Amino acid sequence: MAQQVRYTPATAAEVELIVAEAAADKRGLEVCGGGSKRLLRRPITSTALLDMSALAGITDYDPDELVVTALAGTPLVEIETALAERQQMLAFEPFDHGPLLGAAPGRATLGGIVAANVSGSRRLSIGAARDHILGFTAVSGRGEALKGGGAVVKNVTGFDLPKLMAGSWGTLAVLICITMRVLPRPRAETTVLFKGLSDEAANRLMSAALALPAAVAAAAHVPAPGAAAAATRAVTALRLEGFAPSVEVRCRELLRALEPLGAGEAIAGEESRAFWHGVRTLDALPRAGHVLWRISVPPACGWQVPSLLASDCVPYVYDWAGALVWAAVPENDPHAAGAEIRAIARSLGGHARLIRAPPAMREALVPADGEQGLKRLAQRLKAAFDPHGILNPGLDLAAEA
Amino acid sequence: MPVKMPAPDSRTLARRAQIIKAMREIVPGEGVIDQRDELAPYESDALTAYAQRPLLVVLPENTAQICAILRWCNDHQVRVVPRGAGTSLSGGALPAQDGILLALSRLNRILEIDYDNRAAVVQPGVTNLAVSQAVAARGFYYAPDPSSQIACTIGGNVAENSGGVHCLKYGMTAHNVLGLKIVLMSGEIIELGGKALDMPGYDLLGLAIGSEGLLGVVTEVTLRLLVRPQGAQAVLLGFAGVAAAAQCVADVIAHGIIPAGMEMMDRPAIHAAEDFLGAGYPRDVDALLIVEVDGPQEECRHLMQLVTDIAARNGATTIRVSASEEERLRFWAGRKAAFPAIGRISPDYYCIDGTIPRRCLPEMLTRMTDMSRRHGLRVANVFHAGDGNLHPLILYDANVPGELDRAEAFAAEILRACVAMGGVLTGEHGVGVEKRDLMGEMFNEVDLAHQERIKCAFDPAMLLNPGKVFPNLHRCAELGRMHVHHGAVAFPDIPRF
Repeated sequence: MAQQVRYTPATAAEVELIVAEAAADKRGLEVCGGGSKRLLRRPITSTALLDMSALAGITDYDPDELVVTALAGTPLVEIETALAERQQMLAFEPFDHGPLLGAAPGRATLGGIVAANVSGSRRLSIGAARDHILGFTAVSGRGEALKGGGAVVKNVTGFDLPKLMAGSWGTLAVLICITMRVLPRPRAETTVLFKGLSDEAANRLMSAALALPAAVAAAAHVPAPGAAAAATRAVTALRLEGFAPSVEVRCRELLRALEPLGAGEAIAGEESRAFWHGVRTLDALPRAGHVLWRISVPPACGWQVPSLLASDCVPYVYDWAGALVWAAVPENDPHAAGAEIRAIARSLGGHARLIRAPPAMREALVPADGEQGLKRLAQRLKAAFDPHGILNPGLDLAAEA
Repeated sequence: MPVKMPAPDSRTLARRAQIIKAMREIVPGEGVIDQRDELAPYESDALTAYAQRPLLVVLPENTAQICAILRWCNDHQVRVVPRGAGTSLSGGALPAQDGILLALSRLNRILEIDYDNRAAVVQPGVTNLAVSQAVAARGFYYAPDPSSQIACTIGGNVAENSGGVHCLKYGMTAHNVLGLKIVLMSGEIIELGGKALDMPGYDLLGLAIGSEGLLGVVTEVTLRLLVRPQGAQAVLLGFAGVAAAAQCVADVIAHGIIPAGMEMMDRPAIHAAEDFLGAGYPRDVDALLIVEVDGPQEECRHLMQLVTDIAARNGATTIRVSASEEERLRFWAGRKAAFPAIGRISPDYYCIDGTIPRRCLPEMLTRMTDMSRRHGLRVANVFHAGDGNLHPLILYDANVPGELDRAEAFAAEILRACVAMGGVLTGEHGVGVEKRDLMGEMFNEVDLAHQERIKCAFDPAMLLNPGKVFPNLHRCAELGRMHVHHGAVAFPDIPRF
């Protein structure tokens, strides 16, 4: 592709003009924050790049009201640092895709996190970005400035546009400014580890834990690697958070209740945080020469994915108590392109998304064979916001419906 | 009726007999109500100041019938208003004179309880409380608990994105629904989400929840089930002034505590509740907080100590921790009976629902006192203090000429003040007809046009729940035109092709 023209607007008004002009000329724009997720999904076919990284900075943070407002290009790190100073957090544990995709760390922005509806292990108990966005301002594909939602934690005024923006990958509107709900950081955390469980037993254990009043915040399973070095065994982890006296008693009761399924051991504080960091960065999965699939299914059936795929050379990591399965498939494996993976995900009531792959494989990816009525509805919705299809052309979210 | 509804289509009114016949062919038996006296119970929802007799009422039994009804109505340009239990406080289920009222009360079955995936699939006419009752034996419940939960239905909860006193900690309906089956006005069935935690494509699930019956008719809902906390404890905290109570709320949050519930009542509300029920509230305070914490006993004890210390530092004159489950429920009974309690001291009351940043609470109450004097109407206040959601209750008498108008003017002034303070028009009751004409306070024409185009994507003929949410009716064709952008002067400093 020829060199892309790059726009770096510094104000919302500039974004409005750039988009309005592109809309008038029916020219495509690739909307980009820090670029941490540019290598995810199909390549965008646009000769112009709308670089939002100059629209950065926290514009309002009121810890008492549990809300923070920041421009879309604000680095996630900057927001998390500011919140941590007041012992608060974005509770859905957004993470940086950069390192996962071979790019530099630290580039993820708030706009990108919302646009991709990113969430981490705590998704299980507290939801995703969609559940924490309260309001936004944006410029739609019509080149018009609009706002949606509000700046308070409880609001049902009008349609829930903030949720629609979450996960829309910049295909409906260019996010300018976003208000998020924040929550207090848990004062203590303990993780209970169970070792040596099979995927099925681990899935059962996680389900059993979530049927207890232990308020499990996160549940993951990292199977033993295929080459089975004797020292590294499968690890199943249940995270408990809150005030110390509560975490302590819940941990005790959890260990007791799950005893018939396995003997657990507790790790706390920094050790626990390090474990979950490893889950977040998928340390257990190989990178080089492997494509990465993200498979979302009903929690109780996550363990069935490997047996249905029946490939010995695919390592997995399970999060969300089995509802999220990460699969690293060797690039030269016939399963890498994902036809079987997607069919399996669909048969279990979920879907699969390609996260990391060589450009040729990303380009060759055909849209899932979704339900037609839903697809048409999503197309009408896209057209309502971006009638000329100028925002992130090539990303067809309607086709995913 | 103070808010103007779309003019009835005379052609539809003239075809009433034909419509009744067509509906009887789709829904046999008792499912079509057309007798004048039998239509009366459907004239209003819980916003009783608004009433309209529907053209007829249809009570379908299943999704297939709903598809057929909507398709027929779409083909014949007949308006449809969906209705759950009719507990809306914003007139969301107010009938249209020329429209079919589609009552979903017969779709009242729990279809599946899937404990392994912690999900329940229910029909829209199942009551909110019935879900929790059905899974209670296994220790689970459905978290959102609007005050009307014994009557209100899951379908209505989805339409309004209902909250409840525990939503500060456990979220609103939108955070607790995993999937929906909806029927579009065209009769097409759309399935959104499911038992997995996320879905591909646009978040139409999130968009559908809280769409007030404007986008589709919900026929199945997959709900997230949670394990009920082991225990709960509540405390009554009385304060000499509202400012001290509001500071106490802020301090609790600042200490990292998200209570299961945190409610505030002002003096008139406290007195009304106490006169009505004798819940044991102190009468000599200007503000009363009920703070509830939940979890294992150790957690409750720990958090209660923190909360009561914070309250004492803020000068609480009453601090009473519930000593038993019975006492905890009594604390709540007064709050939950606040509406009927007010109903006893006034012939009519009007319940408002706005949200403000919590720090504005004392100022808002001062302003309300002034408004109350100017409008010549009393007001009592209950708030979801944790999230700044206000429920002022304006006391009036509908039989006194002019009082309803004054009550509505008073309400509009409160809601405008909410928006001016950085808040919103509605925290949980929805816009409906009630707040429709105030939408312009929060959104400009462009904002609203973007929302209305969503309506067009789902229901291009604008037949579903007409006259709700949006103040000005635009035709979809008109909304589809591109605006010339302020004369579209090119930005001079950006690179060009």
